Amino acid sequence: MGRILIRGGRILDPAASRDEVADVLIEDGKIAAIGAGLDASGTTAIDAAGCWVAPGFVDLHTHLREPGQEYKEDIASGGRSAVAGGFTTVCCMANTHPVNDDPAVTDYILDRARQDSPARVLPIAAATRGLEGRVMTEMSALQKAGAVAFSDDGRTLMDGAVMRRVLEYARMIGAPVSVHAEDRHLVGQGVVNEGAVSTRLGLPGSPAAAETVLVARDLLLAELTGGHLHVAHVSTAGSVDLIRAARERGVHVTAEVTPHHLTLTDEAALGYDTNTKMAPPLRSASDVRACRQGLVDGVLDAIATDHAPHAPHEKDVEFTAAPPGVLGFETAFPVVMDLVRTGEITPLELMRRLSTTPARILRLRSGTLAVGAEADVVVLDPDREWVYDPMKGWSKSHNSPWAGKTMRGRAVATIVAGRLVYDADRGMLVP
Amino acid sequence: MIGRDLLGIEDLGRDDLERILETARHMQEVGLRDVKRVPTLRGRTIINLFFESSTRTRTSFEIAGKRLSADVINFSAESSSLSKSESILDTARTLDAMAPDAVIVRHKVAGVPKRIADVLDAPVINAGDGAHEHPTQALLDLFTVLQEKGRIDGLTVTIVGDILHSRVARSNVYGFRKLGADVRVVGPPTLLPAGVEALGVKAYSSLREGIEGADVVMALRIQNERLEGAYVPSVREYSAAWGLDRAKLRFAKEDAIVMHPGPINRGVEISHDLADRRPSVILDQVRNGVAVRMAVLYLLTGRAQPAYGD
Amino acid sequence: MQPATGEAASASASGDRVVLDDASIRRALVRISHEILERNEGAGDLYLVAIPNGGVPLARQIAANLREIAGLDLPVGILDTTLYRDDLSRRGERPPLRHTEMPSAVDDRVVVLVDDVASTGRTIRAAMDALMDFGRPRAVQVVALVDRGHRELPIRIDYVGKNIPTAISERVVLRGRGAGLEPPLEVRVEAAGRAES
Repeated sequence: MGRILIRGGRILDPAASRDEVADVLIEDGKIAAIGAGLDASGTTAIDAAGCWVAPGFVDLHTHLREPGQEYKEDIASGGRSAVAGGFTTVCCMANTHPVNDDPAVTDYILDRARQDSPARVLPIAAATRGLEGRVMTEMSALQKAGAVAFSDDGRTLMDGAVMRRVLEYARMIGAPVSVHAEDRHLVGQGVVNEGAVSTRLGLPGSPAAAETVLVARDLLLAELTGGHLHVAHVSTAGSVDLIRAARERGVHVTAEVTPHHLTLTDEAALGYDTNTKMAPPLRSASDVRACRQGLVDGVLDAIATDHAPHAPHEKDVEFTAAPPGVLGFETAFPVVMDLVRTGEITPLELMRRLSTTPARILRLRSGTLAVGAEADVVVLDPDREWVYDPMKGWSKSHNSPWAGKTMRGRAVATIVAGRLVYDADRGMLVP
Repeated sequence: MIGRDLLGIEDLGRDDLERILETARHMQEVGLRDVKRVPTLRGRTIINLFFESSTRTRTSFEIAGKRLSADVINFSAESSSLSKSESILDTARTLDAMAPDAVIVRHKVAGVPKRIADVLDAPVINAGDGAHEHPTQALLDLFTVLQEKGRIDGLTVTIVGDILHSRVARSNVYGFRKLGADVRVVGPPTLLPAGVEALGVKAYSSLREGIEGADVVMALRIQNERLEGAYVPSVREYSAAWGLDRAKLRFAKEDAIVMHPGPINRGVEISHDLADRRPSVILDQVRNGVAVRMAVLYLLTGRAQPAYGD
Repeated sequence: MQPATGEAASASASGDRVVLDDASIRRALVRISHEILERNEGAGDLYLVAIPNGGVPLARQIAANLREIAGLDLPVGILDTTLYRDDLSRRGERPPLRHTEMPSAVDDRVVVLVDDVASTGRTIRAAMDALMDFGRPRAVQVVALVDRGHRELPIRIDYVGKNIPTAISERVVLRGRGAGLEPPLEVRVEAAGRAES
């Protein structure tokens, strides 16, 4: 494995609270040195002048669709899309076919990932068998096979007693339980946020309370059990408030928020573009404000993409019939850069939410540029302008509300385990 | 001025509405002639693309098109390949290849006419999409009120019933508001949409308060499945509180008129004797539907021209 | 015909000119009224049908003249030809529709169409088609206050107020006060714009 020298970039290492211009030397897959004027002899040099150098992003919430729905995405295409967006580690949800509720499926995913994916892939296994919300999965076995967390994700666990036991059991093995908090009955037929926008659209609305109610329940259950609750894709002001209060009284809760819930409101759906349909739905401007504030305050620990590829023919249908979800990897960084440009968050803190904290939630060793650490590194050009064309992206699918939009900010080089796997100008550097 | 498509009243300006209503006034005269047909759209093709069946609206558009001498082709979901899961956009593209001069779309899901308009060259007229809009219904309601009252400006219009699921309510709210009326909506709280006040209306659950002093009272159709416990405890409770009859109408202005977009659930949203006689203008609404749709077809087919010929 | 009084004084810098003033229009309509009576002995089954907007005040004036001259009380109809125009498919923007009001049946009557300016003949053609949708007149005759030439169809004007040779690029318009074309009326030739059909 070669030596890589990243020269003259602004080092943003949240783990060490470091924010300074320096060189980074990578050797034998590890961070070998950080400092001024490091020796470049015998290295592949990356000129990072004007760029940021940060630990590779860690995505706690993605859908790679393999096994079973490879027409939408597979581990190879999803992994490429991830590194093209600066993500060096991605956690894939269990709603594959078959469901990842069995160590054999976990093995399969990890095996595919080793062969096909330039990004590290960490499976999140199902919390209940078949995502049916009744019988717990063999969490210990799944953890041994490589599962890093447990979640029924979009098939929200509606039975509070089952949820309680899942939290208790996961606590025993020290794994977080990630929840997609949406009360199925309150959501009903809802496909957009309930409010003036759903009324104008004439589409069934789903109230913010559908999420907040379940966040409240699960926070109380986490408090009861001492389990580690991870709230996926927080979208309501009410959820932010509840999580803040629970953490203050010592509940073991972490939370993530998506780039779309940080930057888009329900008004994005006014043209009936099915690429604005997600679950939970895009919310009101005040919810977006609360989520941004939550991220800034650290109440929301991590930015996760909820990368959810769907084939064009699946999205090319009635709004109510379209599956929810949008692509996330390649647009995440430029989209959330909005918070830096408005001055709401510093670059260092943004990197913390994209890398260091999500890594810590899963007790990973990544998310740092410490000397000796695995060299998962991203070089970011915060000002690079480019037009996002999903057809030219790395995902197999194209469902994005940002299609055709001018983006500002881009991952220009991604290094996984000391290997340069992606360069924005040269493309994908893995076979 | 009026755009390429007619997808909703929300998109129209006051000028557009006035122009359509003025054109409809002249079209109405055509319907009074012995020969109720003018050659305006001779050789033009209009497709009635109805994904959701509606004999009334489809027939009204068909008559309107035929009175303008267009060829009107009815394309309904039952007789198409839609049951074979062809996507709506594929269907639209297929129809577009037949070079229609206008496509009239009805679908049970909001937004489908808009999505179809996005891929079609021909102008698209929304004939009702989910709970979104039903613009020609609102236009004929405006036209009817204009005929009855001589103005819209300054009137108080009360819409009663299942506002939540009603495209007619939304289109009428926009239309009457844009032409200067005060609009109120009345219904059980479970059937009032979230944030409806943002549309510029006052919402009531008391029928009496809602129709106090109204010039126009419009009852909406309520579907039976919504009366069976999910939104309202029972039909009896609904009609007792929100069903219109002559006794309740006393709270409106003395010369108030009663409207209904049809088809009527007699005895549920409106009493039998009120539906059939003054001050009900329900049959005038139906009649005016043809004139309004002729006006819309006339105005919209002037836009998309074939490349040849000029 | 007498030249219009004040003609020279009304010529504007843009080249617009008045070719018929109110008095000349009245004289022309009186003469036309007499011609109508002469041509249609008795004239009891006449039906004046105006093509809006310009034809309306002219038809009303002719009806008044006939009442005064011959004691006739003739119906006056208004017939918009817009929906019968042959150029609709060639135009982008739809022209506004005008009023139609036909107070009597046209069957077996002699219909006298009244227009302000005759030119290509296309409006008269459209009016005749429209008329046929109202019934079967015994005969159709045509009055035009001004005939400016440029005929494109085999249409003959039976009663002409004044022949005014014009360039195709000029416009010939009947003007009056307000939307209802209240008197005093005048016919102007205006320089710019498309020829009226």
